[in-house]
Amino acid sequence: MKPNLSRVQAPPDARALSPAAHAAAMLLAVDPMALGGAALEAGASPVRDAWLATVQAHLPPTMAWRRVPHHVDRDALLGGLDITATLQTGRRVQRQGLLQHHNPQMLLCPMAERMPNDRAAWLAAALDDNAPLALLLLDEHQGDEPSERLPSTLRERLALHINLHGNSYDAPHWRDADVQRARSHWRSVAVSDAIRQDACALAAALGVHSLRAPLQLLRVARMVAALNGTHAVDQAALTLAMVWVLAPRATQLPPPPADEQAPAPQPPPPADDPNTGPDTDPTRAAPTDTELPPQVLEAAQAAIPPGLLALLQQGLLRGAAQGGARQPPSAGPGGRGRPIGARRGSPHAKARLHLLETLRAAAPWQGLRQRQAADDAHRLRVTRDDLRVWRHKPRGQTTTVFVVDASGSAALHRLAEAKGAVELLLAECYVRRDRVALLAFGGSTAQTLLPPTRALARAKRSLAALPGGGGTPLASAIEQAQTLAASIRREQQRPVVVMLTDGRANVARDGSQGREQASQDAHQAACAFAATGVAALWLDTSVRPQPEAAQLAGAMGARYLPMPHATAERMAQAVQAASGAP
Amino acid sequence: MKWTYPFAALVGQDEMRLAMLLTAIDAGLGGVLVLGDRGTGKSTAVRGLAALLPLQAVVPGCRYGCSPTSAPQACPDCSTLRAPGAKAKRPVQAPVPVVDLPLGATEDRIVGALDLERALSSGIKTFEPGLLARANRGFLYIDEVNLLEDHLVDLLIDVAASGENVVEREGLSVRHPAKFVLVGSGNPEEGELRPQLLDRFGLAVEVRTPTDLPTRVEVVKRRDAFEHDPESFCAQWQNATEELRGQLLKAQKRLNKVSVPDQALEQAAQLCTALGTDGLRGDLTLVRAARALAAWQGSKTVRTNHLREVAAPALRHRLRRNPLDDTGSTTRVARAVAECWGET
Repeated sequence: MKPNLSRVQAPPDARALSPAAHAAAMLLAVDPMALGGAALEAGASPVRDAWLATVQAHLPPTMAWRRVPHHVDRDALLGGLDITATLQTGRRVQRQGLLQHHNPQMLLCPMAERMPNDRAAWLAAALDDNAPLALLLLDEHQGDEPSERLPSTLRERLALHINLHGNSYDAPHWRDADVQRARSHWRSVAVSDAIRQDACALAAALGVHSLRAPLQLLRVARMVAALNGTHAVDQAALTLAMVWVLAPRATQLPPPPADEQAPAPQPPPPADDPNTGPDTDPTRAAPTDTELPPQVLEAAQAAIPPGLLALLQQGLLRGAAQGGARQPPSAGPGGRGRPIGARRGSPHAKARLHLLETLRAAAPWQGLRQRQAADDAHRLRVTRDDLRVWRHKPRGQTTTVFVVDASGSAALHRLAEAKGAVELLLAECYVRRDRVALLAFGGSTAQTLLPPTRALARAKRSLAALPGGGGTPLASAIEQAQTLAASIRREQQRPVVVMLTDGRANVARDGSQGREQASQDAHQAACAFAATGVAALWLDTSVRPQPEAAQLAGAMGARYLPMPHATAERMAQAVQAASGAP
Repeated sequence: MKWTYPFAALVGQDEMRLAMLLTAIDAGLGGVLVLGDRGTGKSTAVRGLAALLPLQAVVPGCRYGCSPTSAPQACPDCSTLRAPGAKAKRPVQAPVPVVDLPLGATEDRIVGALDLERALSSGIKTFEPGLLARANRGFLYIDEVNLLEDHLVDLLIDVAASGENVVEREGLSVRHPAKFVLVGSGNPEEGELRPQLLDRFGLAVEVRTPTDLPTRVEVVKRRDAFEHDPESFCAQWQNATEELRGQLLKAQKRLNKVSVPDQALEQAAQLCTALGTDGLRGDLTLVRAARALAAWQGSKTVRTNHLREVAAPALRHRLRRNPLDDTGSTTRVARAVAECWGET
């Protein structure tokens, strides 16, 4: 946590960087505090090291470069009492928090995607307070784990979103002299009304609703113009700024330029997709009153991350672009339940001092310590070893994963009832403040309709929009349920998996048709699931329950409930009974 | 010098601005809950409103920011600072405080706790005031209140309603004034507040990012101008700010003189019955908000149009609802208003 005084010795190997990455590094170095900082999406690699070294080498000389460890606690950030020193000296010794430094600093946060919400909130508050700092969040997420996204409170406040392994585009090669000049000049770069209008229209066209984005866009555009040595923001500067500010946040593709008749297949606008929530009601589907210059739009389309379209179609983007449903801090392992006594340990944000037990622990030693003490002061001598903190019973919370069979066979008979049952259960979960997740399978794959959330209205919407039809890829459904349950466990919550299916697998794991192979795969998946020991319940929704479903449920370690004539209410009651007595 | 974006320069978001002004006029309204998107100027509005209010006289040295005219016994600091024998100091003028409550704040930090430092180092039992003490006579702003732990929200609303913070823990027994306007914000898509908690916010407003381009451009233009040169921007808005401040002060003075005819009370009760709100908090808030609005608009009595204007913010979060019913509560209130009091 000491400022790293030895600035990079060897010159960073800037040649390892693509032109765009180099330009982004130089841009960030101009005035990091005005930008709030940057979110960098890249795993640990020599390229990332070179990028960071480039930024560090060109920062203002007064700016310190500090790494914030992943497990930094409240006192280290916000300051607090230095318990050890206080006890030793017998007077209050304050520790200065990282966010309280008065000199400018760049805080490097590795593994930012796993940053707890409270820490993100403190950092965001520091940014809002104009504390002299900039953040560099390293997003090292892998795969599509929905819980591992940058905290949206912070993402929103950082102007630059950079992906080192993303698209490449042309960018000028700025030098150190450019950065120096831009640092002193960028604030005086002029912005015309037309450019401002373009900035807003562009944000609207890309479906970026927050008003922070166009402001950040203009700021970055000013810096780009200053780096280029011009005195006013032009179209080129705006376009380049958009690449780092708007494109990574896009929630929709811009309309094609008016002059070309767009033979390319148009993506379904999100407004057609009821999964994506109220944010996309028709009034917000980017009513661009003004025509955007075609070259800007083209650049926008090119700069949008390649996976965006796929994400949009899966309706997953809400989680990515808007932070989705990260859970409240209480859901973590530090969540407090009933106090159940004391344990040895130092008090910190999550552990409160148990005063009585501390004194009790210190009491027998007082005579001895008094004699050994260097001074004569008559005071209570408490050492670190005496400290006791409250112990709390952890509050277990449940996340119910509904795995809904939306295949053709189920759709024919019972999909409506299954949906009804899930809706009733959702109401139950609302009362208990449980979280729910929704997996659906049908056709050739299973997909997560809704990552664990408490926003039950969303759950209901995704459920209502669930179409029926296609095969029954039971194996991949069970596997996905297992993966999801494992990630729920990692968050210290108790998963309960509820399968609503007739169990007639006919799509194998590799996506091929065929009942034989499909049943075998499903059986294998079920056995693997059983090994995890996750509580599960199998509601057989078929009209004539078959023994194979019961076998599969048995292999899965699930309670099996055939529901030949069940109504939605009876299904709901059964699940309640099962999850109430785990 | 740190500049605050002037409240008068906010663009759009009329309902949120009105709701915030009403709570400034009548602090007893019970706070505002702002639900909606990110980046819609929620925190800008809160800070701007606090800056809009005139400086207030504060007892020097009092950690609870007490007014020199308050009863000295009410606060632990004032009872020694302003004890009959003590030498009285001149009150100081301080801006209205806005305290941010970070999501990770612990109960200790909010309500205050035993001063660990003094307890350990010198063995003296003293109380270290928390965020509630700092927010006394000001605003407590909680971003993403829906992500705050339920028991903390409970506690905050309790204190906000009673205006007093009572601490009974670790052998301490302290009570101190904590009168503040609670402003919570959140996005219901990311988790919902329990209905019990919703009900205890006075007003609830919904904010949306403006979708029409001219408004967005205007917002960006003003904000950009402010960031570029805050001093001259604030100077430019000085007159508007002063005017708004004058209006606000007048409304505060008028508030007690506004009469509430029985007819208005009946109308309020009629609407709340039609909507089936639980308890009487809805009726009370509706009438109080209408009175504050009447004071703001300079009328002497509360009329139907006042009730009509505040019906949605006062009641929309109190409707008994099926958690899975998507029908907007705003629509339901509007429908009931039209049924009970006729169309405008």
